[in-house]
Amino acid sequence: MSPLQTLFPNIDWAEILQACFDTLLMLAGSLLFTLAIGLPLGVWLFLTARGQLHAKPKLYGVLSLVVNVLRSIPFIILMILLIPVTKAVTGVSIGIRGAIVPLVVGAAPFFARLVETALREVDRGVIEASQAMGATTKQIVMRVLLPEARPGLVAATTVTAVALVGYTAMGGIVGAGGLGALAYQYGYNGYKPDYMLVTVALLVVLVQVLQMLGDWLVARYSRK
Amino acid sequence: MIRFEAASKSYQVNGTLVPALQPVDLAIQQGEVFGIIGHSGAGKSTLLRMINLLERPTAGKVLVDGRDVTHAEGAELRRLRAGIGMIFQHFNLLSSRTVADNVAFPLRLQGGSAEADIAARVAELLALVGLEAHANKYPAQLSGGQKQRVGIARALASKPSILLCDEATSALDPQTTASVLELLADINRRLGLTIVLITHEMDVIRRVCDRVAVLDAGHVVELGTVADVFLHPQHPTTRRFVAEADHREGRGPEYAGVPGKLFRLSFRGDTTYSPLLSRVVRDTGVEYNLLSGRVDRIKDEPYGQLTLAMHGDRLDDALAQLRTAGVDIEEVTR
Repeated sequence: MSPLQTLFPNIDWAEILQACFDTLLMLAGSLLFTLAIGLPLGVWLFLTARGQLHAKPKLYGVLSLVVNVLRSIPFIILMILLIPVTKAVTGVSIGIRGAIVPLVVGAAPFFARLVETALREVDRGVIEASQAMGATTKQIVMRVLLPEARPGLVAATTVTAVALVGYTAMGGIVGAGGLGALAYQYGYNGYKPDYMLVTVALLVVLVQVLQMLGDWLVARYSRK
Repeated sequence: MIRFEAASKSYQVNGTLVPALQPVDLAIQQGEVFGIIGHSGAGKSTLLRMINLLERPTAGKVLVDGRDVTHAEGAELRRLRAGIGMIFQHFNLLSSRTVADNVAFPLRLQGGSAEADIAARVAELLALVGLEAHANKYPAQLSGGQKQRVGIARALASKPSILLCDEATSALDPQTTASVLELLADINRRLGLTIVLITHEMDVIRRVCDRVAVLDAGHVVELGTVADVFLHPQHPTTRRFVAEADHREGRGPEYAGVPGKLFRLSFRGDTTYSPLLSRVVRDTGVEYNLLSGRVDRIKDEPYGQLTLAMHGDRLDDALAQLRTAGVDIEEVTR
């Protein structure tokens, strides 16, 4: 027996590899849609807030409420509540594709809030200077706000990606697949501590890598 | 030319209307350096921002080059703003872009310029402000004075006819302030563009401005050429600003024991450097005590202002001779 087999007698490494792949796929897919929805939503929140470029306090209030409601529902409940929606959108209620819908619904409002916060950090004077140069709102968003907030936006993406890793693992409990599913099925329900150990260790490595990548990018884009 | 016609501004604060600027009537001439001085909260920032409509008047009108721009919107507003450069106390540069990209920014915003033309214009502007060597640096790598030079280059990029300066030297040390003011004066002379600046320092006004408006609690309390306002301030607020510039705040009563009458003599132009006083004193035999004084320049014109205690039999004769020679004399009441 090889040393790996001695240490982790129950583990089917091919299954682990497949689970890693599934987790990464869910993460990539959900992160992509989370950014695609959350970024514009965050910009919208920022622009409509009181005292901002397109202040619409009532609209902001509604947007803000929706975001808060989605953020306050525990992810595991959200997954179950969203099953009909998931089915309508993807045709399946479970599995990797099925998991992406609740993951995005759970993470996009969270990311939008982080985007709003990052944009608020942009110096108001720089926005005023752009207005004085005759910039349109679209130009201010695309050429001033987003580039100036880039380190903050990268940091927000990192936090969101790490949160999504946690969500995908939870998704495993209701059959989304991936490392979380293995940890729950074999490690927890199947009393195989080595499964638990290996899957958790891999999740730790994944989070660590994401964080390091994020920090590196933030440092690269920081000009202050 | 910029005209304010009864332009005023009030803000809604918790349901009540708070006036920031009382109706102002003011005309700023083409090619002049016009200063607006006031304490913080006097309304000078509001007045300045009405020119490019970063602040819109609540009532009254703003005219730029004869056109009423008070209600400009959309493309018209952007065109107006493209023709008015602005620099700021805290520079407001884009931290994520290089010096060259900051200067090119307004040109790219307006579109329609080829990249090669933009590069040539940027090089020309950086040469004008003396920053050729720093084109590829980021703002965070520059000193305050260099950042303001980038701000000036950026403000001039689209060849505006008006430059607005919002406390442009207030965050700089005295030496850097002097060099930035010199640059502004140079730009005004060479490009003939109208400069409107706001400040709380009379010294900034004295060094570069042609005319000045003094703002106090939302009112224009004094308006005139810098020499007139600086040498003969009328309003208490103006006097305070001038006293601050002369570093003689709160003095006066110490002249109590000095014999004779007190006079303030103001010289301007060539008179400043001629030996007038000694000639008159020799002629008339009056005696004088020099109590305080300053000989300096208002923009490019030399001036002197001396406070003297004078006495003697032919005092009136002496004063008449000085007046004939072009010296302005005010008696100072103790």
